Formats: sequence, structure tokens, C-alpha cells
Amino acid sequence: MSDLSFKPISLDTDTEERSRPSLSYWQDAWIRLRANKRAFTSLFVIIGMLVFACAGPLVWRIDPDAQDLDQTSKPPWGDRNALVQTYEPWEGVVSEEPQGDNLAPQSLELVGDATTTNVRLVWGPVPNSKGYRIFRQIIEPRPGDPLGLPIGETKGSTSVSFEDRLDIKPKSYWYSVVAINEEGEDFSEAATVKVDVAFSTTAANAVERGYIKDQNSVSVGDTIRVPLHPLGTDYLGRDMLARLMEGARISLFIGIVAPFLFVIAGVIYGSIAGFLGRNIDHILMRFADFVIALPFLLFMILFKLLFGIGPGESGILPMLVALVLLSWPGAARLVRGEILQIREEGYVEASRLLGTKTPRLILRHMIPNTMGVVLVTFTFAVPSAIFTEAFLSFIGMGVTAPTASWGSMCNDGIKTMESTPHELIFPALFISVTVLAFNFLGDGLRDALDARMRYGE
Amino acid sequence: MTRYVLWRLLQGVITVWFIATVTFFVMHNLPGDPLADDKAVSEKIRANLEEKLGLDKPVVEQYFIYMRNMIQGDFGLSFVHENRRVNEIIRDHFPVSAILGILAIVIAGFGGILWGALTALYRNRWPDIVIILLVILGISVPSFVFATVGQLVLVTMNNLAGFEVLPVAGWGTVAHMLIPALVLGLGTMAFLTRLMRTSMLEIVSSDFVRTAKAKGVPMAQIFSRHQLRNAVLPVVTVLGPSIAGITTGGFVVENVFGIPGLGRYFVLAVQQNDYGVIMGTTVFYGAFLVLMVILVDILYAVIDPRVRLE
Amino acid sequence: MTDTTQGAAEPVSVSSAWQLAKYGLVGLLFFVLLLAMLGWVTSYSAAGTRSTQAVDYATNTITLALSTEPPQLDSTRATDMVSGMLLGHTMEGLLRYGPDNELVPGMAESWDMDENGGTFHLRNDAYWSNGTPVTAHDFVFAWQTALNPDTASQYAFILFPIKNATGINEGEIEPGELGAKAVDDHTLEIELEQPTAYFLKLLAFPTYYPINEEFYRSTDGGYGAEAHTLIYNGPFKITKWVHDASLRLEKNELYWNRDQTRLDAIDYAYILSDANATLNLFATNKIVYAGLNSENLDRALRNRWHIKQHNDGSVFFLEINHRPDRITSNYNLRRALQLVHNPSELVYKVLKLPGNLPGESIFPVWLNGVEGRFRDEYPGPKYIINEEKAREHLAMAIEELGVDELPPLVLLSGDNPVSNKQSEYYQRLWKEKLGIEVKIDKQIFKLRLEKMTTGEFDIVAAGWGPDYHDVMTFGDLFASWNLNNRGRYANAEVDRHVAIAQSSSDPVERMEAMDRVQQLLHDDVAILVQYERGSVYVSDDRVKGVTRRAVGLDPDYTRAYIASDSED
Repeated sequence: MSDLSFKPISLDTDTEERSRPSLSYWQDAWIRLRANKRAFTSLFVIIGMLVFACAGPLVWRIDPDAQDLDQTSKPPWGDRNALVQTYEPWEGVVSEEPQGDNLAPQSLELVGDATTTNVRLVWGPVPNSKGYRIFRQIIEPRPGDPLGLPIGETKGSTSVSFEDRLDIKPKSYWYSVVAINEEGEDFSEAATVKVDVAFSTTAANAVERGYIKDQNSVSVGDTIRVPLHPLGTDYLGRDMLARLMEGARISLFIGIVAPFLFVIAGVIYGSIAGFLGRNIDHILMRFADFVIALPFLLFMILFKLLFGIGPGESGILPMLVALVLLSWPGAARLVRGEILQIREEGYVEASRLLGTKTPRLILRHMIPNTMGVVLVTFTFAVPSAIFTEAFLSFIGMGVTAPTASWGSMCNDGIKTMESTPHELIFPALFISVTVLAFNFLGDGLRDALDARMRYGE
Repeated sequence: MTRYVLWRLLQGVITVWFIATVTFFVMHNLPGDPLADDKAVSEKIRANLEEKLGLDKPVVEQYFIYMRNMIQGDFGLSFVHENRRVNEIIRDHFPVSAILGILAIVIAGFGGILWGALTALYRNRWPDIVIILLVILGISVPSFVFATVGQLVLVTMNNLAGFEVLPVAGWGTVAHMLIPALVLGLGTMAFLTRLMRTSMLEIVSSDFVRTAKAKGVPMAQIFSRHQLRNAVLPVVTVLGPSIAGITTGGFVVENVFGIPGLGRYFVLAVQQNDYGVIMGTTVFYGAFLVLMVILVDILYAVIDPRVRLE
Repeated sequence: MTDTTQGAAEPVSVSSAWQLAKYGLVGLLFFVLLLAMLGWVTSYSAAGTRSTQAVDYATNTITLALSTEPPQLDSTRATDMVSGMLLGHTMEGLLRYGPDNELVPGMAESWDMDENGGTFHLRNDAYWSNGTPVTAHDFVFAWQTALNPDTASQYAFILFPIKNATGINEGEIEPGELGAKAVDDHTLEIELEQPTAYFLKLLAFPTYYPINEEFYRSTDGGYGAEAHTLIYNGPFKITKWVHDASLRLEKNELYWNRDQTRLDAIDYAYILSDANATLNLFATNKIVYAGLNSENLDRALRNRWHIKQHNDGSVFFLEINHRPDRITSNYNLRRALQLVHNPSELVYKVLKLPGNLPGESIFPVWLNGVEGRFRDEYPGPKYIINEEKAREHLAMAIEELGVDELPPLVLLSGDNPVSNKQSEYYQRLWKEKLGIEVKIDKQIFKLRLEKMTTGEFDIVAAGWGPDYHDVMTFGDLFASWNLNNRGRYANAEVDRHVAIAQSSSDPVERMEAMDRVQQLLHDDVAILVQYERGSVYVSDDRVKGVTRRAVGLDPDYTRAYIASDSED
């Protein structure tokens, strides 16, 4: 064969037309993830939640613990106009000895303004009565119906006044008064009056809450604007939005940090077991099996109590520790399986033959190649950690008051589900959206990283 | 086969011992005085109580005594229900929790497989979309919200119907079980539906399905013989761990629906440091779960011809 | 849900859908079979809740729910409210409370009492539900058992007015030496340790109920654990007790006053602690009674249910730790807290439940005094809010304690929703008004009790329910020797007045001593009284004759009856 048979091609001609730039594993995964609309949107939802939790309080500067007992359980975007009032104790009214033969109190009427601070009523006396019982209803009582909530009693037929201060909301009430006989039973006839209550606050309270600067700048009867509560308030008049932000910090902290820690623990444990193999692997994995066999929720509760909560502590740390202690073996098992597989791969063998030392082998080749599986595991572990936190807080074994988490807010809200649904709906919605977003993201990541994994382990 | 089962059972026994040991030492280190109560009692009476309940001995000695009794099947006395033995409590209440759990897992399993198969079959058409919406609800709403809302729905339903369609709370007949079991199983059902769908779709494009198609096997046969059967496998693997979650997670449902299950006892016992009941329930639950996982493993081996029992 | 395969969507084959439907059908069939089987198993395990209506005219039965399972029904050891309520329906002591809360004869037909003791004549027609007569021995046995240190009864103290009882409980005297002797089967002689003006009122309390010795021994340590390990001498007997599920009372035909019992059965068909679930049962006409809380009041109102209110007798207070190593032992600090203490705000704006009364004194309003109500006769001091003065006292306290800034106060709290709300409220109140930091120490039941006993708190929210209808049930609470005085408040003056009220037979002298006690507790800021608890509930109007009480059996269905339709 002569030299002429082969002619060197010139180096400047690029024969290889690359159709696209070479991509690393992660770049490729990123492109695939971006193509998956659902997963990509979820990623933004999660980032949004994190921003909401961390940066939210910088924008919405309301103290989540600040109580305003004048406006408890207020619905979203509630009335902001408050009547300024002072509260002076009321002596009440004592009437003349009653005359006539009426059974129902006559001329039941309101004294002064009906406000959320107080509602004062007077009525005409009823002969032969031992006292009066006062009822309050939130819908108009029909004839023959019960009169509503018994809010108080007066003694003697001449004590014909009553002051209601019990949790008055700015809405309409129907007050009824019935005379009581010797046996303490109600007379058959009642007097009823409808009262429209105005939202009020005292000047002192307004100053204390910072609604106004100076107590003397307003006088009784003025109307002032109280701060907006876009998502309403809770049972102690705390701003729901601010509490949801605080709750987000707690719930997301536990939801993200706990899986992060136990996944790391799992990676270390699993790679040691997987790499060392044989007897050590066997012993380590048996131990992991034992831990997996512990009934999860029962031990969550036991561990949580074991680590205890001191005065003033929020109870986040014990929960975190308990979660990590019980959840690491799942990740460990997964990583160990991956490592066992990777150990047999050709490139590991090649690297070993080239004289790579063991630590480098683990760090450079094995662990990075398990990262796909680890990331997906982590993403799926977040929603279950969030659920666990919510569940524990719901049964009263979670964070302690006044710390708020979405779960503890649900626990508070579920009791008033019917009358003030916003106290349940908002925290529940936040839990749902977050959990869903992490699930979708997990799906997307799994596809993008092509990380096949066995569920539930 | 027998050897494998025996080996697994032996492992199970060791696991239960491990659970019992951990529980024992965790429990004895729980803060709180198990003998304290609303009314203060004198030192003398306290000492008597300690002696009666065996709390006066060193913890390690108590541990050996407890283990000896446990091997003989005696879980001791309840501290709170003073005249009842823990054995009786377990005997009375565990079946209730187990029935509820089994029903929930059956609903979740069947529902998951059925809906999953259906969504895969009608991919991107309306049955798929409807079911996926339900699945989203199932995975994202906490079970305690379902329980409370579910009961309220029952109340409204019964009041609208004018007669009792399904009882609101209580225990005793099939009608009492349905809604609590459904509430309990919903989350798992949603999870299994997802799993089933994914695995169905994966199998559609697998080699053996393609081969079968090429051979001209009828669609229905491919669907049932190859696709469905193989897609069920991953669902079966997760059943074991799911049972764990469902049975121990039952106490909110038990509380809301007034069901006399063991879960309620556990929560009460923990709050009252009732050592006897804490030990009894945890060990018993643990043993039950270990057994369930073993059963599922065996079941898996039966379904999947690729797995050989060694 | 994600499509892992990128292949084109398979056309839906109708045959595949049919196949799936077939599988589904088979699955459904299997499911129904499983249900039937489980239903069958459950019906045999006898945990059944019968689906009866709230009121059953045919069987003259009412259905109720219990909030918790009674731990056991051994009267010597029962401590909780549910046990007390059930025992009150099924057992009877020497005396019991009548419809107007007056003492009426029970097992004892008549009695002669003087300062040092008395003789009780038991009725001849009193029988246990197994047919054996109720004798004086049964009382002596029950009391000796309760006092026996081996029994470790928490309520042994209530027997202490009887001669030698304290010594027996401490294990220093033989139980046989108890100052209660059965002279014959129907005569019981009681000797008192010292004159006790309120002794008769104690006799209606469960610890004073009789126990038949022979039967007690036959149960081999299981007395009171099951329906069949108990015998009854009261208006009802327990015929079925399925633990944690249901409990059924039926009329006791051997009860001496059986004509008074008008219901044939009371079926506690549910044991439910969840308030909303209980209300759901009421809403569907399954039970005749449901308690309300501030959260579900509106629901009851919107449904136009008949809401009633009742004062349950207990008083709640913030117990302050007076141990010398605690900063709360400083008077000025306590006084500062007192001057911002606002019970009406707590009741009206935080607890939000009608019936709760803003607290003023450790003695609740319903207690009897010399002739009328104690608090009408001796109103006692009132809380006066004065923030300015509070800050002055706080400044003095800081100076006295020698600190720059007050260390945070530890507020020990229970883990139920009501204590939660309160703790959060107080934390904010003291922070805002006085600038005092508060650390809430929320603990589960047993741990809270342990911390209360060992004194690891500055302030703890506590409550006290009455055991008998006399001022003394609250009066000795802060005597230095009382073990339930968890803040270790010690004041010789208080002790002296308590001793007077305990042993004096002169009502005026006793009440005046108690008035001094409430005054001293206020002036020294021993505690901060929060509220007197009331409860609000809905009940079925068809059930009449139910008695509510602050002390003793409550709610009392022993005279209840179902009104016929025409009466409505």
C-alpha cells in the first residue's frame, strides 16, 4: 500500500458538524425539567412559598403575635371603620315595683350605642317575676322557637337592665328578655329587639395597638380606620396573613430541613454500607431494617415527648430530631442499592485500575451518580414531612403556642369550620398547594433525571 | 418456601424484640410522673403505688421482668384503667383498629389499581382528568380535614334524606365502617392510583407488550394478561409500608368517628404516661406491622414469577 | 401521573375497558363479601352501637354520649367526673342530693348527729342488685378499703374527718380501728376526729359509697373494671359496658326507691371526646345532649336549637409559686400582676362562652353562707385595674430583686385548647402592659402535674372543682398543709382561719373565718382568680326532669322522663 493511498486531510476543515453542544447530566436534566410545564410551574410555586415565608414579613410588617381582642375571628377584608368609645362600668337600672299583669317585659330597648364593646338594654318590669333571663340570637327567632343563647340573668323583678359584653361582633343580633318564675322557669312570653352593632374600639386600645398616635387626637364618637386584615384574623384577633407567613416558616423549615438532614444521613450510611459490602453491609442494613420496622407515628410521638419542650420553646427541634431519627433508613437503603449497582459499572472499574484511591472513588464517582435518586427522594420526602408536622400539630403534639404552624392553625380553625371558615381554609390551602407542588416537582425530576426508584422504601 | 418463611419469621421476632426494647427505654425516660394525678397524695401512698406497679426496682431489672412477662404473653396492668390488664385492652380494641385498617387498605388497593388502570386506559380524556383531580385532592389534603369534613357531609346527607343513610359516628355494623375506612384510605388510594398509572404507561411501551402486539394478540388480552398484571407489581410492594401508615395513623379517624380502636388508647396513654398501655400497644402494633410486611413479601413472590423465594 | 413513556396515546380499546370493568366488578364483589364478613365479625365482638334514635318511646330509653371512658368504677378510687357521674346513677351513699340540691335520705333512713359523731339507721329494704341486703358492714368495709394505704386512693382525704382515718391512711393505725362501726346490720355508728360542721354533706360523695365485701373479694382485684364485676345499690345498674365504645344503664328493680326512676334505660351509645362530632350526633337526632364550646355556638344558634346554660361549680385561677427561690415570691411583682389582671376581658373576649363568670374570689357565687349565698353575705374584695400603679409596683419589685431586668416568667400550662388560648392571652397581656416576658411551658397532663408538685413554674393555670357543698371544699385549698396547694403558699393567718372554719360549729364564725381567708388571699396576691366555669349545652326538649348541679351528681337523670308527644 503506497503512502498515496492515504492523504492527510487539512486540519482546518471541520468535518464533524456538531448538531448541538455537549451537555452535562445536570444541564440535560434541567432542559427536560423545563419542558415539563407542570413540574416547572411547581418549582416556581415552591420558590414563591419560600419567598412568602422569608421575605413576606419584610413587606407585611404586622406582628403575628399581636392580639386585638376587639376584632377576633374577623372575616377577610373586614370592616375597617371603628367607632371610638370609652368604657365606663354601668350601674344598671332599677325600676319601680311592677304593676299590671303583663307576662312579657314591656318596651325592651337599647341604651346608648350598640357597639362591639357593649350593648345595654332596659325593659319594663314584670309582676311576680323572680328575675329575668336574657337571650341573644344571630338570626331572627320565629314564634315558638328557642330564643338563642342565654347570656345572662338578673335577680329580682325590679332589676330591669342588662349589659352584654360577651364577644360581640359587628352584625345584627336579636335580644330577647324573659321573666323567670319562682322555680327558675321561663315565663311563656318574651320581648325581642333587633340590635345592629357597630364596630368599636376604645381610644386607649387604639393607642396601644398603634392605630392612632395620641389618645387626645380623637374623641368619643369619632370614627377611625383600623389596619387592614386581608385574610382576616384568628380567635385572638391576630392577623391571619402574618400568621400564615410565620406558619410557612415553621412548616417549610421542618418540611425541608428534616428531609435534607435525613437524606444526608442516609447517603453517608448507605454509601458506607454499599461500598464496604459483605458483613458490615449486612449488619448495617439489618439495623436499618429494625428502625424501619418501628411504627412511625407512634414513635414520632414518643421521641417528640422524650426530647421534651422547655418553657418558651417552640417544639420544632424535638420534632426535627424525631423525624430524622426515624426516617433516615429509607434513604440509606436506596443509596446503598444504587452504590452496589454503580460499583459494578465499567467506569468505576476503569477508574480503580487507573489507581484512584477509595475515598476519591466514593466521592467522585459513586456519590455524584446517586444524586439523581437522592434528589428525587428528597423532593418526595418534603410533602410527607409537612404532613407529619401538620398531623402532630393537629393532635396537639406539635409546635407549642404561640408559635404557629400550618398544622396548628388548621387545628384551631377546624373547630370553627362552620362559622368562620377562613381560619381553616387558608392554612389548609397552603398545606395542599405546597404538598402538591413538591409532588409534581418530584415527578418532573424523576422523569428528567431518569431516576428509576422503588417506591415506599 | 418453608425455609424462607421461617427465616423471615425469625427476623420478625428479632425485630419485635428490638421494638420492645427501644420502646421500653424511651418510655422510662419520658419526662413526667406516671403516678401524679389531679389530687396530690402523700409519700406513703406513692411508695405503695410504686411497689404495686413494680416501679420501685431499677429500670434494668424492670426491663428483664417485663421481657420475661412479655414472652409469656403478659403485658401487665394499665396504670390509668387500674383494674384492667393490658392484654384485655389489646384483645378488645385491636380487632377494631385492624378491621378499620384492613378495610381502608382494601379500598385503597382496589381503588388505586382500578382508577390507575382506568386513567391509563383513557389517557388525557375525561375519565383521566376527573380521576386525576380526585387524586390531587387525595394527596394534598390532610386526613384530619377529610375526617371532619366527611362527618359534616354525613350529617347534611342524613338530614336532607330525612333518615339515616349512614351513621355519623359509632361502631358495630358495616355501615359504621364505610366512611371512616374511606377517609383513612383516601390518601393511600390517591398515591396508589398515581403509581398504577405510571407503571401502566411504562409497560405499554415495553418490549414484551410490543412483541405481543406484533404477534397479533388481541388488545384486551394484552391489557389484562400483560399490562395490568405487570403494572400491579409495584403497587403490591408498597402495600406493606402503607398498612403501617394506615393502621397507626388511624387515631384521628377513631377520635372523630367514636371508634373504639387501639389508636385512641395509645394517644391517651402517652399523655398520661401509662407505661403498661404504651408498651402493650407499641409492641403489638409493631408485631402486626412486621407480620404484614412479611405477608406482603410472600404475596409478591406469589404474583411475580421473577422472584424466587430462597 | 406523569407520562413516563413518550409513545403516542393508545387508542382506547373498548374490549380493554370491558375487561377492566369485569375486574372491577369482581373486585366489588370481593369487597362486598369482605364487608359482610367484617360486619359479621364485629357483631360477634359485641362492640356494637345500636342505631337507635335519641329518644326511644317504645323502650323508654334515652341515648347519650360519654366524653371519655371511665378508667374504672371502683368507688374507692374513682377520681374523674365521668366515673363520678356514672357511680352517682348506679350507687347510693347514706345520703344523696335531692332535686333542689338539699340532702335527702339515701341508704340511711334516719340519723342522729352531734358534734362528736352520729348513728345512722339503714333502711331494711335496701338491696344490692344481686339480691344481698345493703348493711352497715358494707360501709365500714368500703371506707376501710379506701383508707388502706395499699389502695392508694387519691380521695382518701375526704374520709379524714372520721376518727383515726388519717392514721390508717398513713399506715400507722390498723384499719379495724376506724371510727366507723357496724353495731348491727342496719346501724352504723360514726365517731369524728373533731367536730366537723359539714360532715353530713360528705356522705353523698362517691368515696363514701358502700361496697359489699364478699362480692369485692370474689372479683379478685377486678372490682369495677367490667359491668359484671360490680353490683349496684342505686337507681340504675350497668348492664353492658363495652370498653371505649358504649355503656348501658338499666333501671335497677331492686333499688328501694324504684318508683322514682322513670326511665327504663339510659344508653351511653357513644364515647366521643371530639366536641364537633358529638354535636353532629345531636344534629342527627342520635343523642339527647351535647356540650357546646365557643367555637360551635354559632352552629347551634343557626339551627335554632334549645341552648341552656349551667354553672358547673369549678373555679379557675392562676396559681402563683411562692417558693422562696422564685421571683414570684416577691410581693410587689405579684401585686403588679394583680393590678393588670382583668378577668372580664378574659371571659368576654377570650373564652367567649356565656355562663363563665369573671372570677373575683376563690369562693364561687353558688356556695351557701350563713343563710343565703356566701358571696351575697360576704362579697369580698374586687380586682381593680390600675396600670400606672402596676408599673410602680413592678419597679419596686425589680429594685427589691436586685436585677436590671426581670427574668422571663414561666407560665405552666396544660395542652388543651382552652389553656392554650389563655396562655397566649396572658403572655401578650403581661408583655404589653408591664413589659414582662413570659415563657409558656405547655406540657402534657402528667408532666404538668409533676412540675406543679416539684415547683418548676412561676405561674400555673389551675382549677378546682367542689367535692361537697360547703365553703370548706375551697376554703382549705391554700392552707399551708394542703398538698394541693402547689404554689406552697404559706400564711399563718390563713391557716388559723381555716382551722377555725373546719372545727367550729357556729355558722357565723365559720363564714367570717372564710371571709377573712378570701380577703387575705386577695391582699397577699396568693392567687389570681380567673373565672367560674359555666357550660353551655343543647339538650332534647322531650327529656324532662333532668337536674343540673354544681356539686354532686351532674347531670342527674335519676328522675328524668320522656315527655309524651302531647305534652310538647
